[in-house]
Amino acid sequence: MVKKSVNSKPKESKEELLKLYREMLLIRRFEEKSGQLYGMGLIGGFCHLYIGQEAVVVGLEAIAKDGDKRITAYRDHGHMLACGMDPNGVMAELTGREGGFSKGKGGSMHMFSKEKNFFGGHGIVGAQVPLGAGIAFADKYRGNKNVTFTYFGDGAANQGQIYETFNMASLWKIPVIFVIENNQYAMGTSIKRGSSTPDLYTRGLAFGIKGEMVDGMDVLAVSKAGKKAADICRKGQGPYILEMKTYRYRGHSMSDPAKYRTREEVQQVRKQQDPIDSLRDKMLKWKIASEDEFKDIDRDVKKIVNEASDFAQKSPEPDVSELYTDVYL
Amino acid sequence: MESKILLPALSPTMEVGKIAKWFVKEGDTVASGDILAEIETDKAIMEFEAISDGVVEKLLVAENEEAIPVNSPIAIISGDDDTAGEEETSSEENVSIDLKETTISAVPEAPREKLGEDLSLENVSFKSQTVREALRDAMAEEMERDELVFLMGEEVAEYQGAYKVSQGLLDQFGSERVIDTPITEHGFTGLGVGAGFAGLRPIVEFMTFNFAMQAIDHIINSAGKTLYMSGGQMNCPIVFRGPNGAAARVAAQHSQDYAAWYSHIPGLKVIQPYSAADAKGLLKSAIRDPNPVVFLENEILYNRSFDVPELDEYTVPIGKAKIWKEGKDVTLVSFGIGMSHTLEAARELESIGVDAEIIDLRTLRPLDKDTVIESVKKTNRCVTIEEGFPVCSIGNHLSYLIMQEAFDWLDAPVICCTGKDVPMPYAANLEKLALVSVPEIVQAAKSVLYLEE
Repeated sequence: MVKKSVNSKPKESKEELLKLYREMLLIRRFEEKSGQLYGMGLIGGFCHLYIGQEAVVVGLEAIAKDGDKRITAYRDHGHMLACGMDPNGVMAELTGREGGFSKGKGGSMHMFSKEKNFFGGHGIVGAQVPLGAGIAFADKYRGNKNVTFTYFGDGAANQGQIYETFNMASLWKIPVIFVIENNQYAMGTSIKRGSSTPDLYTRGLAFGIKGEMVDGMDVLAVSKAGKKAADICRKGQGPYILEMKTYRYRGHSMSDPAKYRTREEVQQVRKQQDPIDSLRDKMLKWKIASEDEFKDIDRDVKKIVNEASDFAQKSPEPDVSELYTDVYL
Repeated sequence: MESKILLPALSPTMEVGKIAKWFVKEGDTVASGDILAEIETDKAIMEFEAISDGVVEKLLVAENEEAIPVNSPIAIISGDDDTAGEEETSSEENVSIDLKETTISAVPEAPREKLGEDLSLENVSFKSQTVREALRDAMAEEMERDELVFLMGEEVAEYQGAYKVSQGLLDQFGSERVIDTPITEHGFTGLGVGAGFAGLRPIVEFMTFNFAMQAIDHIINSAGKTLYMSGGQMNCPIVFRGPNGAAARVAAQHSQDYAAWYSHIPGLKVIQPYSAADAKGLLKSAIRDPNPVVFLENEILYNRSFDVPELDEYTVPIGKAKIWKEGKDVTLVSFGIGMSHTLEAARELESIGVDAEIIDLRTLRPLDKDTVIESVKKTNRCVTIEEGFPVCSIGNHLSYLIMQEAFDWLDAPVICCTGKDVPMPYAANLEKLALVSVPEIVQAAKSVLYLEE
C-alpha cells in the first residue's frame, strides 16, 4: 500500500502553510474544549470528536473554490470550522443554546450553514452520500463548475446506498468528490473485521469511478490529491474517490470503552504521524517559520476557542416559543 | 496555576462513576492526551485523558471509591505555565451548569395552521379529464413555469411512465429535466433530497409507494427533519409522488396505504386526492410548496374521469378539506380511493332516507380539523373511511380529535371503517374481504344512527 505523502519542500507559500497549521490547530483545540465541556455535562447526547483527522478537511478546504459545497456525517465539527463557520456558533450549538447555528435545535450532529455551503451534519450513517451527490447534481443542472465534497467514513463505505450513489454519480457524470475518511475503525470494528476488501479507494472501480489512496495525516498530500480530484470533476469527468488514510485519537463518541485497540497503537500514531506536529516540524526544518510564530498562532487559537466556550455557556437556551418554529417554512 | 480535574460525564446518562484505576500518581508530569485514569460507569470502563500539560499535585479520590458524582473534583493538576495563554484553564470550575428546568406547564401551544381558500369556480368552464391526465398537466404546467422543477424516477422518461402519468414530458422538456433513474429508491431519493437542499424543486416519482419503504429514511430523516434541525436554514422543496394503496390482485407487498405512516411525521405535508381537479390543483400547490410533500395517488383512480376547471392557474390550497356533499344526519369523512366507496355508500343511504354529509380531507397533514369538527357538531354522528390498516389509522386520529373537541355533540361513538388487520391476500375473494367495502360503510352509518337492520 503506497500512500502519497509530500516530503519535499512544498510549493505553498509561508502564509498558506501557516494557515493550514492554524486551521488544524483550531480544530484540535476546539475539539479538546468540546470534550471538556462534555465531561462537565454542558454538552449532551452524542459528541464525536475529530481529533487526529484534522489534515483531511483542512487540506481539502484549502483547494475549495467559491461556490463549492460540502456535506458530511456526524463527526462534523472540524468540517464546519474548516469551511469558515464561526466557532462561537458551532460551540453554542453543541451546548444547545440559541446562539448556535441551528438555534440549539440540531446539536453536535446536525448543523448547517447555507452561507458557507455546508449542508450538514447528518446523523444517519451513509445518508449524506446520496444527498451530497444530489447537491452536486444541482450544480450540474445549473451548469456551473462547482464540486461537492461528500465525506464519509470507512464504516459508511459498506452501506448499500453508497453504491447506488456511485452508480448514478458515474452514470450522470456528477461533479462529486467522495472523500472516504478511513480512520480505520467503524465505531469499534476495525476495517479488517468489517470490510471484505480493505482498499476503499477501489470500491468505485465497478462503476467506472477512479480513486486513490492519500496520506490523510499529511495536509499537503491531502491538498494535492484534492486539487487533482476537483480539477477532474470541474471538467465534467467526475466523480472521483479519495480514500484518506487517517486516524482518530479519541473514542467513536464520548462513551467509548476503547477496548478494540491498544493504547500503544494510539500513542504511536500520535507520536509518529500527528498531522499538526508533523507540519510544524517540517516548517521548522525547512526554516519557513520560527518557534515564536507558532507560539503566536497557538495563543490566538486558544483565545478563539476560549471565547467560543464562553459564548456557548453564556448564550441562553432557546426561547420556549422556538419549540414549534421551523417545522414548516 | 492549579486546576481541579472533575469527574467527567462520559455518556448522556452517566450521573456517578468510580475510578477503577489511576494511571498517574502525585508528582507525575502529564502531557495532553496522557491517560490519567480508568473510569467505570454503568455502561463500561473508559479511559480518561489529560486535556492539558501539567504536574499531578494531588489525587482527591481513591481507586474503587463508589458513586462519585459527575463534576466533583478528582485530582488537582498544576498548569504548565510555559504554554501560552493558559490562564483560563481552570475556568471550568466556576461554570454554573444549572440549566433552567423546563416545566410541562411551560410548553407553548402549537400554532394553528393557516389555511388557504379554494378558488371561486363561478363562471368557469370545465372539461372532463382523467386523474392521470390531470396529474400530467399539473407537472407540465409547473415545469413550464419554473425551470428548477424536474422529474426523476423509474421509467418516467423513455417508457413514458410505468402508469403513463408522465406521458409526453420527455419530449416536452428533454432528458435533463425528465430523468430515468436506475432501480435504486434509496439512492435516487437521497439524491433528489440533496438537490432540493441545493435549491432545485425535484419531483420524485415512486413506481409505487410500497417501494418507497426502501427510501423512507431520506423522506423522513433527511427531507422531513432538516428544516428544524438547521434552525430554519435549510428547507427541502420536494414532492414525492406515485400510486399508493391497493390496486388489484397484487397481494401484500404491493398494496399498502401509507397515509397514516407519513401523516405521523412533523415536517412532511401529506396529500391524498380523490378527484382529478383536486389531483391537479393540489399537485401544483405541492410543487410550489417550500416543504417536502408526500403526494399519494391511486392506481385505480388514474383512469377515472372528473370535471376539471379550465383555468390557467388552477391550484387547490394544501390543508383544506372539501365538503363534497352537505347533509344533516351523519358525517362521512374519507380521502383518496376511500371517497369512491363513501360516495357509493352515501347514495345507498340516501335511498333509505339518510342524508349524509361527505367530507373529502384531500390533505392529511396539515389536517383540516375544523371542517370535520363543525360538521360533527351539526350531524352529531361520524364514520371515517380509509383503505389503510386499522391500528393507528387516520380514522383513529380523527376519532380522538372529535372526542376532544365535540364530545358533547356526539350522539354515538365514531366508527372507523378501514382495511382489515391482515397483509393483503392475493385470492380474489379474500382480497375483497380485506378491503373496506360499501356495505360496511352503510352498516356503520346505520349503527351510529341507531337504525334497525
